[in-house]
Amino acid sequence: MSSNQDNAVEHEEYYVPEQSKLPIFASIGLFLTVWGAANWLNGNANGPMYFFGGSLMFAFVLWNWFSIVISENIQGLNSPQLKKSYVIGMAWFIFSEVMFFAAFFGALFYVRSLAGPWLAGEGEQGLGNDILWPGYEHEWPVMTTPDMAANGDSATMRGPEQNMSNPGLANWLGWLPFWNTAILLTSSVTCHIAHGALKKDNRRQFNLWLGLTVLLGIGFIILQIEEYVHAYNEMGLTLESGIYGATFFLLTGFHGAHVTLGTFMLLVMLLRSVLKGHFKSSDHFGFESASWYWHFVDVVWVGLFLYVYVFG
Amino acid sequence: MAHGPAKGFTRWLYTTNHKDIGSMYLWFSFAMFLLGGVFALVIRAELFEPGLQIVEPELFNQMTTMHGLVMVFGAVMPAFVGLANWMIPMMLGAPDMALPRMNNWSFWILPFAFAMMTSTLFMEGGAPNFGWTFYAPLSTTYAPPSVTFFIFAVHIMGASSIMGAINIIATIMNMRAPGMTYMKMPLFVWTWFITAYLLIAVMPVLAGVVTMMLFDIHFGTSFFDAAGGGDPVLFQHVFWFFGHPEVYIMILPAFGIVSAIIPTFARKPLFGYSSMVYATASIAFLSFVVWAHHMFTVGMPLAGELAFMYMTMLIAVPTGVKVFNWVTTMFKGSMTFETPMLFSIAFVILFSIGGFSGLMLAIAPADFQYHDTYFVVAHFHYVLVPGAIFSITAGVYYWLPKWCGNMYNETMGKTHFWTAFIGLNLTFFPMHFAGLSGMPRRIPDYNMMFADWNMISSVGAFLFGAAQILFLFNVIATIRGGKKATDEVWENPEGLEWTVASPAPYHTFSKPPQVS
Ligand code: HEM
Ligand SMILES: [Cu+2]
Repeated sequence: MSSNQDNAVEHEEYYVPEQSKLPIFASIGLFLTVWGAANWLNGNANGPMYFFGGSLMFAFVLWNWFSIVISENIQGLNSPQLKKSYVIGMAWFIFSEVMFFAAFFGALFYVRSLAGPWLAGEGEQGLGNDILWPGYEHEWPVMTTPDMAANGDSATMRGPEQNMSNPGLANWLGWLPFWNTAILLTSSVTCHIAHGALKKDNRRQFNLWLGLTVLLGIGFIILQIEEYVHAYNEMGLTLESGIYGATFFLLTGFHGAHVTLGTFMLLVMLLRSVLKGHFKSSDHFGFESASWYWHFVDVVWVGLFLYVYVFG
Repeated sequence: MAHGPAKGFTRWLYTTNHKDIGSMYLWFSFAMFLLGGVFALVIRAELFEPGLQIVEPELFNQMTTMHGLVMVFGAVMPAFVGLANWMIPMMLGAPDMALPRMNNWSFWILPFAFAMMTSTLFMEGGAPNFGWTFYAPLSTTYAPPSVTFFIFAVHIMGASSIMGAINIIATIMNMRAPGMTYMKMPLFVWTWFITAYLLIAVMPVLAGVVTMMLFDIHFGTSFFDAAGGGDPVLFQHVFWFFGHPEVYIMILPAFGIVSAIIPTFARKPLFGYSSMVYATASIAFLSFVVWAHHMFTVGMPLAGELAFMYMTMLIAVPTGVKVFNWVTTMFKGSMTFETPMLFSIAFVILFSIGGFSGLMLAIAPADFQYHDTYFVVAHFHYVLVPGAIFSITAGVYYWLPKWCGNMYNETMGKTHFWTAFIGLNLTFFPMHFAGLSGMPRRIPDYNMMFADWNMISSVGAFLFGAAQILFLFNVIATIRGGKKATDEVWENPEGLEWTVASPAPYHTFSKPPQVS
């Protein structure tokens, strides 16, 4: 077990940046952002200032961070081994995101299939029903909350007036979530085609298909906003509409936030390709990681479409 | 990359060096250990006698909450990450961690997160007072306003943990020297590898549960409110889905540390290396399916009670394999009892006591009696103090000569050990009896009948606290001078870290070694 020259030749040097100002400023930016958010939510007047100042700083640092990483790669500092570190990092980052969504899906399943029936008096777990929530019957979506069942008009925790669930196969063509599914699935395909074009060094095709993917992403976001506006204004469905509103908006909302981030990532990749001519058939992990993220967001949507909308 | 460290304060702010970052993690963790310790001593001072004498019940609740949070997230977890930073690259023959800048970011988030968390003590309405497990609705409907700051602090320290874990995984998968196959890796690396997966799997779930709280508190959702169709028990399920793997996050790296130390001082190779790896993996796997053993009394269906009870008991099997292997490693070895070894032997014995009380708690019908009593407090302190904390201490004594090139003072080390050992047993052993006779946890006042046990516990706690001052003193003295350590430091220790000079050069293994 001693160091040995011959073997060192095979192993290229692993680039360790000397020092970096990025992390400490990223930490300060992140801290100011959450400090501001907490103050804002608690009604302190200076909250928004810290929040926006911090977010700007954070975004600025991240922008620089990515620029530096890109230019290091262009300078050829990144050995194949180092590149693999980025690949592993991205893969496990996506796994952590999967687990974040798993928490919300878990909450949905638990409430729908276990806690709800118990609240309505099912089995031994439901023994308190007569005293606590008399008259509550469990159905999903929960339109009549336990509070409404027990306290009628004086209830404060009220369900939605209408819900987003499956209107029946015959009506799917007029159903927004169906179109959103079509858009997102298509965008996964276009993203994949773009990747294929890049691998063949076909820049024109790559830009075209990637551009189409970005447009589809934006289309999805617009429809989602449309859906939310409709829910709030016409369906009486809000965050405060009992457990249905809570699960509906948190699941679709966090997903929407991820779509927005994913679209932004793909847009940056498009601009890098169009304006700077970045990416080669042999070296394009920046794009590839954005495309992985995009496919992940897509898969989450399929779960949402099934469990929030179709069987919702 | 031939340079030494940069000069001045910015060395620490801008560093990308795994040794610098490891040191910062360790010092941060020690600072949090002292802070959390002060909170604990406030609790023990109040509980010295029955009746209310020193703090108001309101502040008492803040102390128990902050003690738990600071110790778990501020002391134990960062200490293990610090050790990982220092040792994993050296053990694998790697030049540094795989993603050095992100490594520094993971660290620097922590001081901000804990500044935010501690600042809640000075806010209107006081600090979080709902226990480190922050059950809803105590932490939602009835929480002080500072809960919002607590939520965001958890968010960013979670981000720090996830990035730290990703870095460790990337390092282990990608930075091993040629010839360092997975099954040749030291157990400390293996246990951390598996711990990192646990972290990536459950920290996002913790983020999810605090996010639901945030929305219940500020945006009118009803996740944890039955009136709107939600369920407070949902909180407990999501929390413990994170929480139980979390307790293993705090013990698996400890297994790795003692598995490095015991062979050195028993002068025998570790017994059953591969069974250790498989046992660690099985423990990690099982840790995902036992969470509801924390909720036996919440009113689960019988099938749930039984399933979680048997799964929990199953964990004792791989844990038993480990204890068996450590004991067998020592069996007929030519043992010496330097400070790291003393801490490791105490680890094996006292951690086993914690494992046994865990088994008692795992029996659902018995847990109806023990739940929320001091018996539970005794259990988890036996696995965490002589478990996690002792292993960290042992690791620091074991590797300190490698880090700073000087030997620590053995007499002082042994004094530290015996004071800590006596102190912790005095503190936590009586809690078993107080708990079995019915003393509830998290109360500032108690029935006269528990007075004797509590007085002993309080005396022990102050003794244990004093021992840590000795530790601090010993470490500082060693860094500043002392007998020079050899490169091997100990007699024939195993591992690449002992092949480099003491103190380890600022950059080790810029060219990877060949492992045979
Ligand atoms: C053989 C292994 C173990 C078993 C069977 C076991 C079992 C249990 C059970 C059943 C409880 C719930 C008691 C109750 O609240 O009524 C519990 C609580 C706890 N255990 Fe363990 N445990 C084991 C090992 C560990 C380890 C290794 C750690 C940490 C390093 C740990 C940390 C904790 C903590 C922190 C709690 C209390 C959480 C709280 O309510 O504040 N346990 N354990
Ligand atoms: Cu547990």
